[in-house]
Amino acid sequence: MKRLIAGLPFIAAVIFGGFFLWGLNPDRDPNEIPSVLISQPAPAFDLDPVPGLETPGLVRRDLVGNERPVVVNVFASWCVPCRAEHAVLTRFVEREGMRLFGINYKDKPEDAVKWLNDLGNPYERIGSDLSGRTGIEWGLSGVPETFIVDGDGTVLFRYVGPVVGPDAVERFTQALKQAGALPKGAAS
Amino acid sequence: MRQLIFAFCIGLFPFAANAVEPDEMLTDPVLEQRAREISKDLRCVVCQNQDIDSSNAGVARDLRLLVRERLVTGDSDAEVIAYIRARYGDYVLLKPPLEPATYALWFAPIAFVLIGVFVGGGVLMSRRKQEAFEDLGAEDENTVSEILRQNEAGDAS
Repeated sequence: MKRLIAGLPFIAAVIFGGFFLWGLNPDRDPNEIPSVLISQPAPAFDLDPVPGLETPGLVRRDLVGNERPVVVNVFASWCVPCRAEHAVLTRFVEREGMRLFGINYKDKPEDAVKWLNDLGNPYERIGSDLSGRTGIEWGLSGVPETFIVDGDGTVLFRYVGPVVGPDAVERFTQALKQAGALPKGAAS
Repeated sequence: MRQLIFAFCIGLFPFAANAVEPDEMLTDPVLEQRAREISKDLRCVVCQNQDIDSSNAGVARDLRLLVRERLVTGDSDAEVIAYIRARYGDYVLLKPPLEPATYALWFAPIAFVLIGVFVGGGVLMSRRKQEAFEDLGAEDENTVSEILRQNEAGDAS
């Protein structure tokens, strides 16, 4: 009994030390919110095309039944990091054969059209989410966010924030490869 | 005086007005009150650690509107919270639910208090036992009374 009491401070120190070690890990992002969507079916949604754009709109059906997993990117013309991410996504589409769908989040159609005309349009389909309601269905906390959706409609991966910079691109590439979202024999 | 109190109340008004904007509010005061209560238990996912009731973030506003919309369609408070929790996970709840994964969170404080009482009590009890009076042996008793007698004799002289 005495021995047990004498050992308590040591045990407490080990427990707290363990927590500090976990808490001080520089790779840990305390702001990261675990997504409930991972391994869950993508939410139901039905979005009209952006007026003034020839790209068709996006509904949940479009995400299902594709031979490879597809990528859904939530973007807006008012979102500055989206501009940087746009180049990265375009490269993935053009060079690696990634299939990209877009959700235009709370964006004025004319702004979105101008933005896509200026930067180019890598999206196969774009749904206009003016109310932001579809964003909530996806558990969105901000733009940009990027999801990989499997052929059966299951969400495989979620990336919060812009896929910009070597680390983010590396993580995203790994996820794409793991999901099998890139065609075999693609460049690089 | 009455005017002064009125002025004071008017002065308080800006603090009472939260992020909830007039155009969001429901006309039914009962529903609005329920919406406010629900909003206070939901975390804003952008400015974390702030509830959506007091947050100015766009998503928080959308969620407030959603809460009200659900209430108007006749959802109960629990149903509204379940609806949002299904999309954003346990993380949106400012009050974590009681379930196996959170047992440690809920019961650890109680467990620590119990451990503290147990250990502290044990230490105090054992110390008290040591202080208990023990009879001196006959030999010690003689020595003590001898010393006391000598002291008394010394004091008298």
